[in-house]
Amino acid sequence: MSEHDDDHHHPRPISPVEARAQALEQLLEEKGLIPPGFIDAVVTAYEKDIGPMNGARVVARAWIDPTYRTRLLADGTAAIAELGFGGPEGNHLRVVENTPAVHNVVVCTLCSCYPWPVLGLPPTWYKSAPYRARMVREPRVLLREMGLALPESVEIRVWDSSAEIRYMVLPERPAGSETLSEEDLAALVTRDAMIGTARL
Amino acid sequence: MSIPPDAAVREMTGSAAPPRRNGELVFEAPWQGRAFGMAIAVVERLGLQWKDFQQRLIAAIATDPERPYYDSWVTALEQLLLDYRVVRPDELR
Repeated sequence: MSEHDDDHHHPRPISPVEARAQALEQLLEEKGLIPPGFIDAVVTAYEKDIGPMNGARVVARAWIDPTYRTRLLADGTAAIAELGFGGPEGNHLRVVENTPAVHNVVVCTLCSCYPWPVLGLPPTWYKSAPYRARMVREPRVLLREMGLALPESVEIRVWDSSAEIRYMVLPERPAGSETLSEEDLAALVTRDAMIGTARL
Repeated sequence: MSIPPDAAVREMTGSAAPPRRNGELVFEAPWQGRAFGMAIAVVERLGLQWKDFQQRLIAAIATDPERPYYDSWVTALEQLLLDYRVVRPDELR
Protein backbone atom coordinates (compact mmCIF):
# COMPACT_ATOMS: atom_id res chain seq x y z
CA MET A 1 0.00 0.00 0.00
CA SER A 2 1.08 3.56 -0.51
CA GLU A 3 2.32 5.79 2.27
CA HIS A 4 -0.79 7.89 2.12
CA ASP A 5 -3.36 5.21 1.88
CA ASP A 6 -5.87 6.91 4.14
CA ASP A 7 -5.15 10.33 2.80
CA HIS A 8 -8.34 11.86 1.52
CA HIS A 9 -6.92 15.31 2.06
CA HIS A 10 -5.27 14.92 -1.28
CA PRO A 11 -7.67 12.90 -3.40
CA ARG A 12 -6.04 9.72 -4.57
CA PRO A 13 -7.10 7.12 -7.08
CA ILE A 14 -8.15 3.98 -5.26
CA SER A 15 -6.31 0.81 -6.16
CA PRO A 16 -7.95 -1.69 -8.52
CA VAL A 17 -8.34 -4.28 -5.80
CA GLU A 18 -9.92 -1.74 -3.47
CA ALA A 19 -12.38 -0.86 -6.24
CA ARG A 20 -13.17 -4.56 -6.69
CA ALA A 21 -13.76 -4.98 -2.97
CA GLN A 22 -16.05 -1.95 -2.87
CA ALA A 23 -17.99 -3.15 -5.92
CA LEU A 24 -18.37 -6.59 -4.38
CA GLU A 25 -19.68 -5.17 -1.14
CA GLN A 26 -22.20 -3.04 -2.98
CA LEU A 27 -23.27 -5.99 -5.14
CA LEU A 28 -23.84 -8.21 -2.11
CA GLU A 29 -25.87 -5.52 -0.42
CA GLU A 30 -27.98 -5.02 -3.55
CA LYS A 31 -28.66 -8.73 -3.70
CA GLY A 32 -29.73 -8.64 -0.09
CA LEU A 33 -27.14 -11.22 0.82
CA ILE A 34 -25.56 -8.89 3.31
CA PRO A 35 -27.90 -6.46 5.03
CA PRO A 36 -26.56 -2.94 5.45
CA GLY A 37 -24.55 -2.74 8.64
CA PHE A 38 -23.74 -6.45 8.70
CA ILE A 39 -20.11 -5.98 7.71
CA ASP A 40 -19.87 -3.06 10.07
CA ALA A 41 -20.87 -5.41 12.87
CA VAL A 42 -18.09 -7.81 11.97
CA VAL A 43 -15.58 -5.01 11.65
CA THR A 44 -16.77 -3.57 14.95
CA ALA A 45 -16.01 -6.82 16.71
CA TYR A 46 -12.47 -6.56 15.46
CA GLU A 47 -11.97 -2.85 15.92
CA LYS A 48 -13.15 -2.99 19.52
CA ASP A 49 -11.39 -6.10 20.63
CA ILE A 50 -8.27 -6.42 18.56
CA GLY A 51 -6.76 -3.23 17.19
CA PRO A 52 -7.03 -1.05 20.29
CA MET A 53 -5.08 -3.63 22.28
CA ASN A 54 -1.87 -2.18 20.88
CA GLY A 55 -2.74 1.30 22.05
CA ALA A 56 -3.80 -0.08 25.43
CA ARG A 57 -0.35 -1.60 25.88
CA VAL A 58 1.26 1.71 25.01
CA VAL A 59 -0.91 3.49 27.59
CA ALA A 60 -0.25 0.91 30.31
CA ARG A 61 3.50 1.15 29.73
CA ALA A 62 3.36 4.94 29.96
CA TRP A 63 1.48 4.68 33.25
CA ILE A 64 4.02 2.44 34.93
CA ASP A 65 7.20 3.78 33.37
CA PRO A 66 7.67 7.57 33.67
CA THR A 67 10.68 7.59 31.32
CA TYR A 68 8.63 5.78 28.67
CA ARG A 69 5.83 8.28 29.20
CA THR A 70 8.27 11.13 28.59
CA ARG A 71 9.54 9.51 25.40
CA LEU A 72 5.96 8.80 24.27
CA LEU A 73 4.89 12.42 24.65
CA ALA A 74 8.05 13.68 22.97
CA ASP A 75 7.97 11.34 19.98
CA GLY A 76 4.95 9.05 19.70
CA THR A 77 6.13 7.30 16.56
CA ALA A 78 9.48 6.30 18.07
CA ALA A 79 7.90 5.26 21.36
CA ILE A 80 5.29 2.95 19.83
CA ALA A 81 8.05 1.46 17.66
CA GLU A 82 9.79 0.42 20.90
CA LEU A 83 6.82 -1.88 21.54
CA GLY A 84 6.84 -3.18 17.98
CA PHE A 85 4.02 -1.05 16.59
CA GLY A 86 4.24 1.17 13.54
CA GLY A 87 3.91 1.28 9.80
CA PRO A 88 2.77 4.01 7.45
CA GLU A 89 -0.40 4.79 9.39
CA GLY A 90 1.55 5.17 12.62
CA ASN A 91 4.07 7.63 11.25
CA HIS A 92 3.96 11.09 12.76
CA LEU A 93 1.97 9.93 15.75
CA ARG A 94 1.56 12.53 18.45
CA VAL A 95 0.32 11.48 21.87
CA VAL A 96 -1.52 14.09 23.94
CA GLU A 97 -1.92 13.65 27.69
CA ASN A 98 -5.08 14.11 29.72
CA THR A 99 -4.73 15.76 33.11
CA PRO A 100 -7.27 16.77 35.75
CA ALA A 101 -7.42 20.20 34.08
CA VAL A 102 -7.17 19.29 30.39
CA HIS A 103 -9.15 16.80 28.34
CA ASN A 104 -8.02 15.96 24.82
CA VAL A 105 -10.16 14.58 22.03
CA VAL A 106 -9.24 13.56 18.50
CA VAL A 107 -11.13 14.17 15.30
CA CYS A 108 -10.36 14.25 11.61
CA THR A 109 -12.42 17.06 10.16
CA LEU A 110 -11.64 16.32 6.54
CA CYS A 111 -11.91 12.55 6.44
CA SER A 112 -10.99 9.81 8.83
CA CYS A 113 -7.26 9.95 9.48
CA TYR A 114 -6.66 7.56 12.32
CA PRO A 115 -3.67 5.83 13.89
CA TRP A 116 -4.36 2.27 12.75
CA PRO A 117 -1.34 0.57 14.29
CA VAL A 118 -2.36 1.52 17.82
CA LEU A 119 -6.14 1.85 17.58
CA GLY A 120 -7.11 -0.64 14.87
CA LEU A 121 -10.07 0.12 12.64
CA PRO A 122 -11.84 3.42 13.30
CA PRO A 123 -15.36 3.21 14.69
CA THR A 124 -18.13 4.08 12.25
CA TRP A 125 -19.10 7.26 14.08
CA TYR A 126 -15.55 8.61 13.82
CA LYS A 127 -16.05 8.91 10.07
CA SER A 128 -19.50 10.47 10.31
CA ALA A 129 -19.97 14.06 9.19
CA PRO A 130 -21.76 15.14 12.40
CA TYR A 131 -18.92 13.92 14.60
CA ARG A 132 -16.31 15.59 12.45
CA ALA A 133 -18.17 18.91 12.34
CA ARG A 134 -19.56 19.09 15.86
CA MET A 135 -16.46 17.97 17.74
CA VAL A 136 -14.80 21.14 16.55
CA ARG A 137 -17.79 23.45 16.96
CA GLU A 138 -19.24 22.24 20.25
CA PRO A 139 -17.03 19.56 21.78
CA ARG A 140 -18.46 19.91 25.28
CA VAL A 141 -22.02 19.39 24.06
CA LEU A 142 -21.13 16.50 21.80
CA LEU A 143 -19.03 14.76 24.45
CA ARG A 144 -21.93 15.03 26.86
CA GLU A 145 -24.22 13.45 24.28
CA MET A 146 -21.67 10.67 23.92
CA GLY A 147 -21.82 10.05 27.64
CA LEU A 148 -18.90 12.13 28.84
CA ALA A 149 -19.99 15.14 30.91
CA LEU A 150 -16.96 17.25 31.72
CA PRO A 151 -17.00 19.99 34.35
CA GLU A 152 -16.81 23.51 32.94
CA SER A 153 -13.48 23.89 34.70
CA VAL A 154 -11.88 21.25 32.45
CA GLU A 155 -10.35 22.68 29.30
CA ILE A 156 -11.15 20.67 26.18
CA ARG A 157 -8.50 20.52 23.46
CA VAL A 158 -9.60 19.20 20.08
CA TRP A 159 -6.88 17.75 17.85
CA ASP A 160 -7.48 17.53 14.13
CA SER A 161 -5.75 14.47 12.68
CA SER A 162 -4.41 14.61 9.18
CA ALA A 163 -2.18 12.53 6.98
CA GLU A 164 0.72 14.54 8.38
CA ILE A 165 -0.02 14.10 12.10
CA ARG A 166 -2.25 11.56 13.76
CA TYR A 167 -3.19 11.90 17.41
CA MET A 168 -3.83 9.50 20.24
CA VAL A 169 -4.94 10.43 23.74
CA LEU A 170 -3.05 9.22 26.80
CA PRO A 171 -5.88 8.86 29.32
CA GLU A 172 -5.44 9.54 33.02
CA ARG A 173 -4.63 6.50 35.08
CA PRO A 174 -7.74 5.56 37.04
CA ALA A 175 -7.68 6.14 40.77
CA GLY A 176 -7.23 2.95 42.74
CA SER A 177 -5.22 1.20 40.04
CA GLU A 178 -1.88 1.56 41.84
CA THR A 179 -1.47 -2.12 42.58
CA LEU A 180 -2.44 -3.45 39.15
CA SER A 181 0.04 -5.14 36.83
CA GLU A 182 0.88 -3.68 33.43
CA GLU A 183 -1.29 -6.34 31.80
CA ASP A 184 -4.24 -5.61 34.05
CA LEU A 185 -3.83 -1.90 33.43
CA ALA A 186 -3.90 -2.47 29.67
CA ALA A 187 -7.20 -4.30 30.07
CA LEU A 188 -8.73 -1.14 31.55
CA VAL A 189 -7.92 1.01 28.53
CA THR A 190 -10.67 1.43 25.97
CA ARG A 191 -10.56 2.60 22.40
CA ASP A 192 -12.86 5.53 23.14
CA ALA A 193 -10.58 6.69 25.96
CA MET A 194 -7.70 6.83 23.49
CA ILE A 195 -9.83 8.85 21.04
CA GLY A 196 -10.93 11.05 23.90
CA THR A 197 -14.68 10.47 23.84
CA ALA A 198 -14.55 8.65 27.18
CA ARG A 199 -12.57 8.71 30.41
CA LEU A 200 -11.49 5.72 32.44
CA MET B 1 -24.67 -14.73 13.82
CA SER B 2 -21.58 -15.89 15.56
CA ILE B 3 -19.04 -13.25 14.81
CA PRO B 4 -16.26 -13.60 14.39
CA PRO B 5 -15.31 -17.22 13.73
CA ASP B 6 -12.21 -16.50 15.68
CA ALA B 7 -11.12 -20.06 16.08
CA ALA B 8 -11.38 -20.74 12.35
CA VAL B 9 -9.45 -17.61 11.47
CA ARG B 10 -6.81 -18.42 14.06
CA GLU B 11 -6.35 -21.84 12.56
CA MET B 12 -5.42 -20.39 9.18
CA THR B 13 -1.75 -21.15 8.95
CA GLY B 14 0.96 -21.28 6.32
CA SER B 15 0.39 -19.25 3.18
CA ALA B 16 -3.25 -18.61 4.11
CA ALA B 17 -2.46 -17.01 7.47
CA PRO B 18 -3.48 -13.33 7.61
CA PRO B 19 -0.71 -10.80 8.26
CA ARG B 20 -0.22 -10.29 11.96
CA ARG B 21 1.89 -8.19 14.25
CA ASN B 22 2.43 -9.42 17.78
CA GLY B 23 -0.19 -12.06 17.09
CA GLU B 24 -2.88 -9.60 16.10
CA LEU B 25 -4.43 -9.03 12.72
CA VAL B 26 -2.97 -6.17 10.79
CA PHE B 27 -4.91 -4.23 8.20
CA GLU B 28 -2.93 -1.81 6.10
CA ALA B 29 -6.02 0.04 4.96
CA PRO B 30 -9.73 0.26 5.77
CA TRP B 31 -10.82 -1.72 2.71
CA GLN B 32 -8.78 -4.68 3.93
CA GLY B 33 -10.72 -4.70 7.17
CA ARG B 34 -13.98 -4.55 5.24
CA ALA B 35 -12.87 -7.35 2.89
CA PHE B 36 -12.03 -9.39 5.97
CA GLY B 37 -15.48 -8.74 7.43
CA MET B 38 -17.13 -9.41 4.09
CA ALA B 39 -15.70 -12.94 3.88
CA ILE B 40 -16.83 -13.72 7.41
CA ALA B 41 -20.29 -12.36 6.64
CA VAL B 42 -20.61 -14.29 3.36
CA VAL B 43 -19.60 -17.59 4.95
CA GLU B 44 -22.12 -17.03 7.75
CA ARG B 45 -24.97 -15.90 5.54
CA LEU B 46 -24.56 -18.70 2.99
CA GLY B 47 -24.25 -21.26 5.74
CA LEU B 48 -20.88 -22.41 4.50
CA GLN B 49 -17.87 -23.68 6.37
CA TRP B 50 -14.91 -21.39 6.88
CA LYS B 51 -12.78 -23.95 5.05
CA ASP B 52 -14.85 -23.33 1.90
CA PHE B 53 -13.35 -19.86 1.82
CA GLN B 54 -9.97 -20.88 3.15
CA GLN B 55 -9.39 -23.45 0.39
CA ARG B 56 -10.04 -20.81 -2.28
CA LEU B 57 -7.73 -18.40 -0.49
CA ILE B 58 -4.95 -20.98 -0.48
CA ALA B 59 -5.57 -21.59 -4.19
CA ALA B 60 -5.56 -17.85 -4.96
CA ILE B 61 -2.27 -17.39 -3.15
CA ALA B 62 -0.76 -20.42 -4.91
CA THR B 63 -1.81 -18.99 -8.28
CA ASP B 64 0.12 -15.79 -7.67
CA PRO B 65 2.35 -15.99 -4.58
CA GLU B 66 3.74 -12.49 -5.13
CA ARG B 67 0.34 -10.85 -5.00
CA PRO B 68 -0.46 -8.93 -1.79
CA TYR B 69 -2.39 -11.02 0.73
CA TYR B 70 -5.64 -9.09 0.65
CA ASP B 71 -5.63 -9.01 -3.17
CA SER B 72 -5.73 -12.80 -3.02
CA TRP B 73 -8.38 -12.53 -0.33
CA VAL B 74 -10.72 -10.56 -2.63
CA THR B 75 -10.00 -12.96 -5.51
CA ALA B 76 -10.88 -15.93 -3.29
CA LEU B 77 -14.07 -14.26 -2.16
CA GLU B 78 -15.10 -13.53 -5.76
CA GLN B 79 -14.40 -17.18 -6.64
CA LEU B 80 -16.48 -18.43 -3.73
CA LEU B 81 -19.42 -16.26 -4.81
CA LEU B 82 -19.07 -17.42 -8.42
CA ASP B 83 -18.86 -21.08 -7.41
CA TYR B 84 -22.02 -20.81 -5.35
CA ARG B 85 -23.71 -18.82 -8.13
CA VAL B 86 -24.36 -15.87 -5.88
CA VAL B 87 -22.89 -13.56 -8.49
CA ARG B 88 -22.35 -13.88 -12.22
CA PRO B 89 -18.99 -13.23 -13.87
CA ASP B 90 -20.38 -10.22 -15.74
CA GLU B 91 -21.36 -8.60 -12.44
CA LEU B 92 -17.79 -8.51 -11.19
CA ARG B 93 -15.38 -5.76 -11.96
